[in-house]
This record gives sequence, C-alpha cells and structure tokens, in this order.
Amino acid sequence: MKFIISLILTALLSFVACIFLPWWSIAIAAFIVAAFVPQKPFVSFITGFIALFLLWGTIALVISNNNNDLLAHKVSVIILKIDSPVTLIIATAFIGALVASFAALAGSYLHKPKQQQAA
Amino acid sequence: MRLLPFLISAAITTALVVTLNSRLLLPEPLGSLLSPQHGIWQNAEDANVDFNADLKFPQLTGKVQVYLDDRLVPHVFAEKENDVYFVQGYLHAKFRLWQMELQTLAAAGRASEIIGDKALNHDREFRRLGMVYAAENSLKEMEADTVIKAESDAYTAGVNAYIDNLTESQLPIEYKLIGYYPERWSNLKSALFLKYMSYDLAGHDDDFEMTNAKSYFSDNDFNKLFPLIQDSLDPIIPKGTVYAKPKVIVTPPANVDSIYFNNKDISDINEEKPDKDNGSNNWAVSGSKTKSGAPILCNDPHLALNLPSLWYEMQLSTPNFNAYGATFPGAPGIIIGFNDSCAFGFTNGGRDVRDYYEIKFKDDSRQEYWFNNEWKKTEFRIEDIKIKDKPDYFDTVAYTIFGPVMYDKSYTGNRTSGDKYYAVRWKAHDPSDELKLFNLLDRAKNYADYSEAIVNLHTPGQNCVFACKDSDIAIRAQGEFPAKWKGQGDFVMPGTDSSYMWQGMIPQDEVPFQHNPARGFVSSANQKPTDSTYPYYLGRNYPLYRGYFINRKLSAMNNITPEDMMALQTNNYNVFAEMARPIFLKNIKEDSLNDDEKKYLDILKTWNLNNDVNEKGPTAFDILWNKFYHIVYDDEYANAPKNTMEPYESTLLESVLKDSTYKFLDDINTPETETLKDDVTAAFRVASVELSKIEKDGKLEWAKYKDTHVSHLTKLEPFSDLHLPIGGGTYCINAAKNDHGPSWRMIVSLTPKTEAYGVYPGGQSGNPGSRFYDNFVDDWVEGKYYTLWMMAKDETKDKRVKWTMSFSN
Repeated sequence: MKFIISLILTALLSFVACIFLPWWSIAIAAFIVAAFVPQKPFVSFITGFIALFLLWGTIALVISNNNNDLLAHKVSVIILKIDSPVTLIIATAFIGALVASFAALAGSYLHKPKQQQAA
Repeated sequence: MRLLPFLISAAITTALVVTLNSRLLLPEPLGSLLSPQHGIWQNAEDANVDFNADLKFPQLTGKVQVYLDDRLVPHVFAEKENDVYFVQGYLHAKFRLWQMELQTLAAAGRASEIIGDKALNHDREFRRLGMVYAAENSLKEMEADTVIKAESDAYTAGVNAYIDNLTESQLPIEYKLIGYYPERWSNLKSALFLKYMSYDLAGHDDDFEMTNAKSYFSDNDFNKLFPLIQDSLDPIIPKGTVYAKPKVIVTPPANVDSIYFNNKDISDINEEKPDKDNGSNNWAVSGSKTKSGAPILCNDPHLALNLPSLWYEMQLSTPNFNAYGATFPGAPGIIIGFNDSCAFGFTNGGRDVRDYYEIKFKDDSRQEYWFNNEWKKTEFRIEDIKIKDKPDYFDTVAYTIFGPVMYDKSYTGNRTSGDKYYAVRWKAHDPSDELKLFNLLDRAKNYADYSEAIVNLHTPGQNCVFACKDSDIAIRAQGEFPAKWKGQGDFVMPGTDSSYMWQGMIPQDEVPFQHNPARGFVSSANQKPTDSTYPYYLGRNYPLYRGYFINRKLSAMNNITPEDMMALQTNNYNVFAEMARPIFLKNIKEDSLNDDEKKYLDILKTWNLNNDVNEKGPTAFDILWNKFYHIVYDDEYANAPKNTMEPYESTLLESVLKDSTYKFLDDINTPETETLKDDVTAAFRVASVELSKIEKDGKLEWAKYKDTHVSHLTKLEPFSDLHLPIGGGTYCINAAKNDHGPSWRMIVSLTPKTEAYGVYPGGQSGNPGSRFYDNFVDDWVEGKYYTLWMMAKDETKDKRVKWTMSFSN
C-alpha cells in the first residue's frame, strides 16, 4: 500500500513540478516523496524508477500517438541513429526513471534504517 | 540518516542531472530534450491540433480576425492598417520563428554565436562585405519614411509579442537541438533579412575569376572564351526596340587599355558565393491571347529548396488594400502575389552591381590609402564576432571611399597569398527603402500605381512583371544600376583614383520596359534585358535558354487558360539539348562502338528531349555534354591559376555551332590537331563508362540521377525531403535541379473574379513535428496547384475556414 501511494505521489509531484520548473525537478520530487514516505532504500529506488518510467513513458506514448509518430520517427533517427519511435519512447521513460530512482534512493537514506543492528 | 549512502546517491543523482542537462559528456542534453513536458515531445503536434485563439495585445489599435484555412494559410482581416502588419509579424513568428532568426543571424555574420568557430569565415566574409553596414543604411532610409517606419514598427512589435510570450517548452525544436534561445526582433533585423535577399540575388560576381582569365589567356583567346554577345539571346525587351539617347554619358579612363584590360595580375581569392542559378521565370499574357479575354500573370522564382520554405502564404486585408501571395518571414508585406485589381511577380535581373577596387595603403596599418594624388584616411569599423564557447573575435575592417576593404592581409577567404587589398563597391550599401515598393504594389490598382511603386526598387535589380484587370500587362528590368562603360566591372579595377568609379546611375526613365506590346505577352527568365543597342553596358553572360523557349511557346499559344500556364510552368523540354544534340549525333564515330556504347547512343538518339522523370536520355546527354566540355577546355586550363573563370555552356555550344574548327577543340598536349569528331567521340567513350556505372547503381533514370531534394536549413536528413521524383532541370522551364528550383509557382488570371493558383515545396508550419510541415511537397513534385483563396470578409462560415484567431487590445 505504501508502495502504491509513494508511486502515485512521486509521479504526481513530478508532473506538477514540471509544469513550472525545469525537467530535473523530477529529482527533487522523487527525493521529497522518498524522504516523507519511509521505505527500505531498495524499495524507494524502485518506486522512483517505476513512477517516472510510467509517467514519462505514458506521456510520450500519448503525445506520439496523437502525432501519428510523425516527429518520433525523425527524432529517433537524429538522436538514436535508428528509425524507431518505440525505442525513443522507451529511452525517454528510462532517462526519467534513472534520475528519479537515484534521487529517491538518496531521499530514503534520510531515515534511520528500520531495524537497528543489535550490538 | 545514513550519511555516506546519502552522499553517494545524492552525488550520483547530481551527476546524472548534470550529464543529462548539458553537452559536456553527451552530444545532446538528453534529459531536457526528452522530458515529455519540456523537450521535443512538446513539438510533436497533435494531428487534431486546435489553433483557435483569443489574443489581447495593447499594441493593437483595433480588432483583427485571422481565419486559418485547411492548408493553414491565414486570411488576416484588420480594421486598422498597421495592425495587419502586427499580426503578420505575430504569425510569421508563430509558424516560422526559427527560420527567420537563423537567416538574419547568418546575414549579420553572427552564425558563430550558434555553431561555433566553424562559421567564423562565413561571419567574417559577411561582415566584411558590409551586410550589417548595408542594413544600417537601409534602416535609416526606412525609418525616415513615416509610413514604412510605422509598418516596420508594427511588424517588429508583432514578432516580439509572440517571442515575449514563448515558454521554453514551446520553443521550436531546432532551438532545443542546437541549444540556444531566440532574440527579440527589431527593424534592423527586417532590414538585414532584405539585405540577405539582396546578397542572394545581387551579390554574385566573377570579378576575380575573370581577372585571372584575362591575365592568363591571350587577348584573342580571352575574347573567344568570353564573348560579349550571346547569339541565342532573345532579350527580355525584344530585339529592335529603340532606346532613348543616354542622359548619363560614361567614358572609360584614358589608361583603361594598359591598366585595366591588359592588366596581368593574378589573385587567388575563392569567395563564398550565392548560387548563380538564383533566377526565375515570369510572364504575363494579354487578354488578346487568353480564352477569358483577361490577362494571366505567372511567376516561379528559382531559389535554394529549403525547409522551412523561404515563402509563407497569407492574405492581408485592411480598409486600404486586400492582397494575397507569398510573403517573407522576416519582413512585412506581400512579396509576390495579387490584390483585387492586379498581380505582380519578379525574376532576378542578374546585373553586376558588385565591383572590386585594388587599394594601395601607405603601410600595413591601413590607416591611409592613395586616392586622387593624396593620402586619404580610412575609417575603421571593428566587428565583434562572438563565438560559442570561445572568446570573441575582433575583426577590424578598413572603409574607403569605395566601400569596405573586404580582402586584406588578415582575411583572405581561401586566398593563398595575402599581399593585396581589395575594396568592394556593392550597390546594396546605398540607402534604399525596399519595403516601400511592396507597400505600394500591394495596394496598386492600375499601371500608373505600378509605375509609381516600382521605381522604389533599387537593389536587388529584378524584372518585375505586372498585369491588371484594366487589361494592361507590363514588365520592367527594374533597379537602380550604375551606368557603366563597356567592360567596366568585369574585372578588378584600380582604386588609386576616381577614374574607375561608377560615373552615375541609369535614370529611372531609361530603365528598359514594355507596356502592352503588340506581340501580346511579356516575359523574363533572367536573360539579358536588351540587345546591344541599349546605350549602357549590361555585362556579358546571362542564362539564355529558358527565356528563349518561353518566348517560342508563348508566341505560338492562343486561347490560353490557367491550365495551359500550369503545363508551361512545369514543362520539362530541354531546348539546350535540342540545339546541342545534333552536334553529338553528327560527330560520334559510330564504327567500332562496343555494346554499351551502342546502347547509350541509341538512348541519346531516341530521346524525346523532355527531361521527364523516367527518361534516360537527359542523363546520357547531361553526362556527355559535361565530358565534352572538359575534353575541350581542360587542356587549356591545366596550368591556369586556380579560380580562373571557365566559359559558359552557351559559349561552347554557340562557338561549335558556328565553327566546327573551333580553336579549343584541339588538345594542346598532343602533336595532332584534334577535330570535333575526335573530341565528341572521346567524350562519348568516357561518358559511356560513367553511364554504365550509373546504370548499375540503378540511377540512370533522370529523376534518380538528379536526386532533387528539399533540405532542412541544418541539412539534417530526417527533417528533409529527399529523392523527389521530379523532372526538369537547369535549361527547362521547370528548373528543378538537385537542391534548387521553383520555390513558389503562381498563376493569376485577372478575370473580374480573380482566379489564382499556387504551390510551393514545403508547408505553412516550420515545425518538423507538424503535419503542416511539408504537406505541399508531393503536390509540387507532381505539378499540381492549389486554388489560392482570396477570402471575402463575409465568408467566415465557409467550410474551408478551420480555425479562427481573434486579436484585440
């Protein structure tokens, strides 16, 4: 449950932040959510990854679809050297996911570990 | 908190953000570029995009309604005159901002700011040519004219209204890919844009190449290689027209033969040049030759084929005028188009208005130069060239009475020995008010209005065609041109006194023109404006063949319809090949041809002389002519300095037609005297080998060989339209070459309700992510035309209206 909530919060906060701030505000968003929703570091990492993978991937997919992939064909050749809208969308999703995952990880380290190791 | 893991993961996050936000490690900042809410995805325009808008700008003085039709052409209706220019600026910026900006940056010699030091030579060349100096002079004149100042101010304000409200995510994709931001617009930028057109159309010269040729070859040979008269010339104003006695009497200096014509200096300059084929076709046929009884005007300007297109279609309507046509993003007004009374169009005049003078400085400080028996002080202009990621480059240019000293010891372009100084005298430096021309033409009602408007065009010289509903047709080889003596300006001139300077300008009432000629049509296709009885020197070489063929066709046509004109504009007949092929067929020694050679000879023989898409004949002819040309001239040119002018195609053709023992047919490296048969046969053998390779590559068909394409201004292939199946070529009316051709085709029938057609190879949107980016290209390739809709104010419910933009204050 905490996982789902932090996933949704990360995606939502990133989306809202990007309306007003530059793209890397997704790092701030992921960091903040991980800082306020304590989870094991690895879980936070995955939360950040999946949240942005889905957010960026979905937005790019919807945009490209509405555009009949017209621009994605052209830009994928320019940036990736291959004509593949799908690859461009996945690359988009992956980049967002990568940045958010490490930011979330950093946020998770603000908490003490769940179990103190007994001396 | 766990400090070390926190610091490490925070550091990794920061490193990722920095890497993905800059070009330090990656070629592109992939984070910002691919962020769906910021980067390229924001440019992926929805196929069902909604352009409706309600916009308020305090700069407007009234209401303006813009109706966008299904081709995204805006029909702009303004209550107040200058508001129409404000909205024109706004729409140019909305749909074509990047292109406008880039063209003015290039014109201003500021390309290095964006692309870095690879553009430094281009920037130095343009600054030293005096592009910004010319634009500044133009601007003074523009702003002294209250009507034009108000028009420019409104246009500039409209562009800036768009730029000021632009968010980063809405930036055109090219800014994101290259990594820079637009600047605000200014009247100077409009002036710079117009000067760039002057450069493109009136910036060509061959003075250094011709000087080298004159020094290298004997007088006799030089005159044979560069004759003053072209036999096949059918001038714009027909032969036999009588010209008034000249009011400006020009006399060559006393020492012209020794110092100028017999000067044996060689220079090594290799300049950046505008395409010498920047030309066009235009014609107007009078009602006596048309089916409707009303005149028809046609124009297709030939320029580099680029995306976004140089042209942007729109309609501008105010209480004072209602005009439709092709506009230049970068300047206000309708440039080639029509209004409710008349139509107008342009072809390039091609006159030489760029001359060089050799300067003798007192010393390398360039502070003083020898002129009219005394040392004169230069004025220095320091050009501050900003370079991306590097310190500024300061270029100090000396200005003399002639103009800027473009080439000197610090700037040689591609010069190998920088020991001479050359100043450039370019007509575009003189103050001018080109916008006034378009302002007046856009609202012209009759021939008198056209005559009053047209004299405002000084540079670039253009052949302006006109037709109106009063049934007048006219053409003028318009410009403000230096009155020259024979040969003046063909070569570099001495700059130590005033004797070689331009002695005056040709008065406007001596500019060649035709008004309602008996033959029932006027036309121009960049050929020489007159025959040699015109009392001023017009230079040597002009494109001949399109004009010759257009006149042949128009003379024979009657009951002309707009469809006939479409067929003529897209005509692929190669009249040059018509004249040259017999030389080949008569002189190829047919005994001992191998199978391949027999095949290609047959192709050449049976070709119907049309440069159509699937014909193999044009390829065979093109390559054969090229090989023949080189076999004839390469031996004589082998030891000439690099950058020596080579003869025009028409020179070789006409020389050989007149004289089959033409001197240059001989190969000077062999003891025998080669004949025409020898050269043609040798050329044919070499051509066959090449044709065979081309055939194996599957490119023998003309359109495949020619490989016409429309390139994005950055040359990025995914943004360009490649391998277009279109015929035509250099000598055809359909002048579609590899990367150059009819950039706009327009046909206007001046019937009471105007009937107009047009097309250009591009689209109204400059956004490669829009379905309106290049949606016209295929139709242009196929020779199709769109109906140009001169919308009436009450047609707002017409189904062609797709979106409405309302502007108010």
